[in-house]
Amino acid sequence: MIRRTLLATAALGMALAFGGVASAQALDKAKACFVYVGPIGDGGWTYQHHQGALAVKEAYGDKVEIAWQESVPEGADAERVLTQMALSGCNIIFTTSFGYMDPTNTVAAKFPNVKFEHATGFKRDHANVATYDARFYEGRAVIGHIAGKMTKSNKIGYIGSFPIPEVIQGINSYFLHAKKVNPAVEISVVWAYTWFDPAKEADAAKALIEQGVDVIAAHTDSTAPLAEAAKTPGVIGFGQASDMAAYKPSPRVASIIDNWAPYYVKRVGLLLDGTWEQAASWEGMPGGEVEIGEITEAVPADVKAEAEAMIAAITAGTYHPFTGPINKQDGSAWLKDGEVADDGTLAGMMFYVEGIKGDIPK
Amino acid sequence: MIRLEKRPTPSRFWTAATPVLAVIATMVAGGLMFAALGKDPLEAIRTIFWDPLFHPQFAGYSRPQLLVKAGPLILIAIGLSLGFRAGVWNIGAEGQYIIGAICGAAVGLAFYPAAGWYIFPLMVIAGALGGFVWAMIPGILRTRFNTSEILVSLLLVYVAQALLASVALGVLRNPQGGGFPGSRNLAQYPAAANLELIPGTGMHWGVVAAFIAVIASFVLLQRHILGFNIRLSGQAPRAARFAGVSPTALVLTCLGVSGVLAGMAGLFEAAGPSGKISIDFASGYGFTAIIVAFLGRLNPVGILLAGLLMALTYIGGELAQFMLGLPKASIQAFQGMLLFFLLALDLTSNYRLRLAKREVA
Repeated sequence: MIRRTLLATAALGMALAFGGVASAQALDKAKACFVYVGPIGDGGWTYQHHQGALAVKEAYGDKVEIAWQESVPEGADAERVLTQMALSGCNIIFTTSFGYMDPTNTVAAKFPNVKFEHATGFKRDHANVATYDARFYEGRAVIGHIAGKMTKSNKIGYIGSFPIPEVIQGINSYFLHAKKVNPAVEISVVWAYTWFDPAKEADAAKALIEQGVDVIAAHTDSTAPLAEAAKTPGVIGFGQASDMAAYKPSPRVASIIDNWAPYYVKRVGLLLDGTWEQAASWEGMPGGEVEIGEITEAVPADVKAEAEAMIAAITAGTYHPFTGPINKQDGSAWLKDGEVADDGTLAGMMFYVEGIKGDIPK
Repeated sequence: MIRLEKRPTPSRFWTAATPVLAVIATMVAGGLMFAALGKDPLEAIRTIFWDPLFHPQFAGYSRPQLLVKAGPLILIAIGLSLGFRAGVWNIGAEGQYIIGAICGAAVGLAFYPAAGWYIFPLMVIAGALGGFVWAMIPGILRTRFNTSEILVSLLLVYVAQALLASVALGVLRNPQGGGFPGSRNLAQYPAAANLELIPGTGMHWGVVAAFIAVIASFVLLQRHILGFNIRLSGQAPRAARFAGVSPTALVLTCLGVSGVLAGMAGLFEAAGPSGKISIDFASGYGFTAIIVAFLGRLNPVGILLAGLLMALTYIGGELAQFMLGLPKASIQAFQGMLLFFLLALDLTSNYRLRLAKREVA
């Protein structure tokens, strides 16, 4: 009797000791935490991340507890929020904006037993930091095609958030595919310098419309550009990050949907199994992370069919949106005929392709 | 029918009691709001006010964080309070904070990767100068051309924000940052880093500076002729002029001091908790400090306490958000209630409430 208790105690002690050290330890219960840059009600970027968080809860039920914090500034406050989350017992923390890169790595150093997943970044300074991103430029190719076909003024617009590679990829992909079907097309880019600020986003859309732009794509998080487009007949736009179905059938004629649920469910599953490892994930349409929302009846049937063919080709892996010949803005050759861009160049893309006027802010 | 009757002199009892009453009223009204959101109001209020200080899991970390969060608020608010007492309205501390951070960080980055004890002091001086120059623009425009320093200083905030975005993308951008905006991390550059002086206490040079500012401002207002002139100009501008106080010198002094302190606060933040100059570096400390200055009744000790209280609601509010799933807007509403009740109850220190029977006409 006494011996059994002793043994059990010893076993428990061993389990505790090893559980603390070894990261490859299966968990019975896990707490997954999410840090959002905007409010959940932004209807775009943050909303989609939260849908992913809810999918985790749905998938694992009582085995997983989720917690989140919205509108966390990307400066010094993020580090405190992350630390408090780690202290509160989160086993895995998803930081869902580029600006959390340094705080994520700093806090990860202090909590080696907590897993950190940073969206859209590139720093993985510690073994417990993974990064993940989605190939949004695949979606940009499809809406670029629609934009090139739909514009009547031959002026299309793009509301940029920050001049970082992820956004430059989107602008280039959008423009290349518009130009392919409409050689006369010109693009205007407006920088908002924010991820979420409905007033600024609406101002940017207004400025574009005043320049004669009639197709607007946005790389910011709110529905404000669509609300602004709705005020001027003939102007169309696209749902960004989320479906933004409230603006169907026009001005929202299609949308790029970020679907984080498969990734979140997978990573939390690995954590529960004890097989979580550092990774740098960059999935797109084939993995279901990037989707195109319903193309509405405002788009002619033939254009819709072409767009759907492109979606099928990208999903099947037979078409890459950055396939040569493509020249850089200064006319120098970037990709030869048939050559496909490599991920390294894309991840650091800080140049426009030929035909885009204006400079990337320096 | 309730009637207000002006007191001959502000009531001492009510001046001291209103902050406490305001906190209690906020708890009641906030509790009702949390209950309406379907959360346990007692738990929410405990999480905001009690857990950051005493929760076994969090307090060890969040107590020092109170100082980190309150430091810049107090430092800026002390500078502002001098001007506010004298009737000089510097609303643009946020801009001075940003420019101070840019100038100080630029000096540090210019030395990178050299080592030297003199680098950090030079950065502090540059930060102070940056804030000073930015505050002198509304100062000189007011004294020379009689423009409103309220408007000029406020609008310069937006200029400063545009400059911040520009340098974060341009001259101060980290050359090893892969094309992403934002400077090198100063906190990881030992000669320029404003780290905790004693690990685990949250005390960095900015917090030290804030405490020194509180004491200096207290002494200035109580014992120094400049402090007397500042108070006199605010209470009786005409009398001050007869007493030989130069309005020009006073305006420039008040704006200069608040610019210097805001600029230093910016540098301490950029080299410490934030670590770098980035597009979203500005976190609204310059505006929140205005609230702190009034919450503390423009009194140095009051500002110290008000800064700590604001920091508590921020940190406790963060805890409440992810522990209880409260929306951020509800925390902001809660902070708003605190200010609302404080200002509303302020009435009681200057006025007496009288229940009067309606007179028959």
